[in-house]
Amino acid sequence: MSIESAEPTPTGFLGWVDKRFPIMRVWNEHLAEYYAPKNMGFWSFFGSLALVVLVLQILTGVWLAMSYKPAATDAFASVEYIMRDVNWGWLLRYMHSTGASFFFILVYLHMFRGLLWGSYKNPRELLWIIGVLLYLAMMATAFFGYLLPWGQMSYWGAQVIVNLFSAVPGIGESLSTWVRGDYVISDATLNRFYAFHYLIPFLIAGLVFVHIVALHRVGSTNPDGIEIKKLKDAEGRPLDGIPFHPYYTVKDTVGIVVFAAIFSAVLFFAPDFGGLFLEAPNFQPADPLKTPVHIAPVWYFTPYYAMLRAIPPIAASQFPGVVVMFAAILIMFFLPWLDRSPVRSIRYKGILSKTFLGAFVVSFVVLAYLGMQPASDLHTLLARIFTGVYFAYFLLMPIYTKLEKTKPVPERVTT
Amino acid sequence: MNTQGVDPKRRRVLVAATTAVGVIGAGFVAVPFISSLTPRARARAAGAPVEADISKLEPGALMRVKWRGQPIWVVSRTEEMLTALPTMDPRLVDPTSEVPHQPDYCKNPTRSIKPEYFVAIGICTHLGCSPTYRPEFAPEDLGAEWKGGWFCPCHGSKFDLAGRVFKGVPAPTNLWIPKHRYLNDTTILVGEDAGAA
Amino acid sequence: MRPSIIAIALLLLSPLAALASEEGPPLQDANIDLRDKASLQRGAKYFTNYCMGCHSLQYMRWNRMAEDIGIPDDELRTNLIFGDAKPGDLMTNALRPDDGVKWFGTAVPDLTLVTRWRTPDWVYTYLKSFYQDPTRPYGVNNLIFPKVGMPHALVNLQGLQEPVYAESHGVEAGAEPHIIGVKLTQPGSLSEEEYDNMVRDLTNFLTYVGEPIKLQRRTLGLYVLLFLGLMFIPAYFMKKEFWKDVH
Repeated sequence: MSIESAEPTPTGFLGWVDKRFPIMRVWNEHLAEYYAPKNMGFWSFFGSLALVVLVLQILTGVWLAMSYKPAATDAFASVEYIMRDVNWGWLLRYMHSTGASFFFILVYLHMFRGLLWGSYKNPRELLWIIGVLLYLAMMATAFFGYLLPWGQMSYWGAQVIVNLFSAVPGIGESLSTWVRGDYVISDATLNRFYAFHYLIPFLIAGLVFVHIVALHRVGSTNPDGIEIKKLKDAEGRPLDGIPFHPYYTVKDTVGIVVFAAIFSAVLFFAPDFGGLFLEAPNFQPADPLKTPVHIAPVWYFTPYYAMLRAIPPIAASQFPGVVVMFAAILIMFFLPWLDRSPVRSIRYKGILSKTFLGAFVVSFVVLAYLGMQPASDLHTLLARIFTGVYFAYFLLMPIYTKLEKTKPVPERVTT
Repeated sequence: MNTQGVDPKRRRVLVAATTAVGVIGAGFVAVPFISSLTPRARARAAGAPVEADISKLEPGALMRVKWRGQPIWVVSRTEEMLTALPTMDPRLVDPTSEVPHQPDYCKNPTRSIKPEYFVAIGICTHLGCSPTYRPEFAPEDLGAEWKGGWFCPCHGSKFDLAGRVFKGVPAPTNLWIPKHRYLNDTTILVGEDAGAA
Repeated sequence: MRPSIIAIALLLLSPLAALASEEGPPLQDANIDLRDKASLQRGAKYFTNYCMGCHSLQYMRWNRMAEDIGIPDDELRTNLIFGDAKPGDLMTNALRPDDGVKWFGTAVPDLTLVTRWRTPDWVYTYLKSFYQDPTRPYGVNNLIFPKVGMPHALVNLQGLQEPVYAESHGVEAGAEPHIIGVKLTQPGSLSEEEYDNMVRDLTNFLTYVGEPIKLQRRTLGLYVLLFLGLMFIPAYFMKKEFWKDVH
């Protein structure tokens, strides 16, 4: 594979298609001549892996939909029917449940890369915003999907979260009833959550397309945060760039194989993952009359759940907690404008940025842990402290990114 | 970027090797997806044979039971009906049941275990409608030569009282005979051979 | 690379979080071995004889169980299936939920998935932890499931147990003495070891029923990992070969 410019007009079948659909232009612009930084390394895997998992989730999801029954009377039994009677149904189910958790692991790592490299900064603000929208869509999908097995945790987790809507002043109760389609989580809720869970992943797929188009418009960043398009050779190619195909296609192939091995290790040997990916109470069918001892959302939501519980009721309303919880996610939209640093990548930022980013990661992980535990005074205190740290990362960013001394950014990329 | 000293042959081999293993892997991954669409194997097959109680079945009458979601006919054939069967042979596509649409123990002139009881799957072998039972001899609409059988209203296929298909009709083959056995003189178990447990 | 190592380490350690919320008396090790077919067969026998009157296994099919455990079809029909269930049927019973509520104060739970939501060790310990308690409707209570509605179905086999109280250091008037264990005070028709083995077989069987595909999934997993290891080799060398271009 060489890096000459676009092939001469193709003939044969390819030529026939190319006359009617810009296939060669797409191939060149987005693969064979899309120049990506040559130093992207380990952190660049997660985007392509997330796409692989999205495809996997849609495939396994549609296949599960062939046997799953979205009615309160049949849902739980239909999942066991899939596990036992449908040929390879157990594998489809575990792929889907393991895939959901891995999707979030990959996306969190992908987002973290964005924080590290400053991928949200000009001119990539819109790219970042599309990403946060994707994250929201993923969370909605996961939330709707978790009700579907109709286990104890499904039912009561949904009950708790939908009840949050009733905290909205004034319209709260009506809003909750409207979301549920009933006065409690019921068959009506299950059916509509199923419809949404089936729909949104296709919207996600469309948004991913938009996300990649936006990316290709501005080009990928790199660990040094340098704009490779600034330095080009005689033919107009970035000096520090290499064509995505074949270099990153072969690299991503290795990444996919390694990921497949980690994924398979979990799927085949520990699909429950200690009760994190498949929660034990969910092996009991939903019982509206009996609440489980500990209700907690699935691990990827627990940081926000910890924040929700950390905020005390004010004027007998849980609404402030709800606001804080949503604010924690919505604040991400503003990141491109909160970061006032003259440099892009954490490598060249000052000690303050590095400290705050480290603290942010620690607080996210600690909050995730706290969100899984039953509430206690100590837990609530810690949750409040770490919620503060979490928000400090964002809210103080305009100050500490301007205050700190940054390192000089090199002209050319390093490894 | 430096493409000097590139060994294209080595690259081709490695790409080919990776692609080959990848395609095999993709094949393995496809297996669960395709196989999950097949019927739940053992449960359906081993379970649910159905009993047909023929103690009240009058001569010439047809009773229906459901097995695997399909209509199963049990007919009590009269002497007259049985005598007429061999005379139908010249007008039939497969009078000797060469096409294996019946268990071995029903590959005989009456396509049954006992001649007086006929068991068949009541689905036309053309496009799947359930034919109408016409036991009477020489009715007006079917002609003087009709010696009892089935007439399929969808596209006009005809079968005799041993479920054998007539020449010149859309259906290509004789009616299917399901596995069955006699539990006793008044009960037929549809869905199981006598040899199986 | 360092942040990534931390991230992965955190991810790998995260299942420990699930352990953080353990409460109650310690559970005994059920010593599950799903490859021990003889044990599973005995467990099936005990379950249908002693438990199925009240507890259904409504997601499990008779013939699937028989095939997996190695019970021949005629044995299944004669000795295990009672009533007019056919081998392809689900292992349900005749107890109606309302009767369960009437007789035991609560609907009798189906046990197909009990080892998945409770753990095998819990089921094993539970069956060994009944003790005499005259204040309860059926005269028994359970160390790890206080105020359980279930009578001790296996009391004739195990014998009678009494609670073991904690050493009291000046107990307040009217305070409930704290129970820390149980001890066998009157033997049943089985010795302690025999009863232990029986309970272990039952738990083994219920673990199988909870996820019949478990053994095959692990075997398949091994093959999948081996295949991926195989696939890694050309993919890795292919990457290295192409990246020779990049300096």
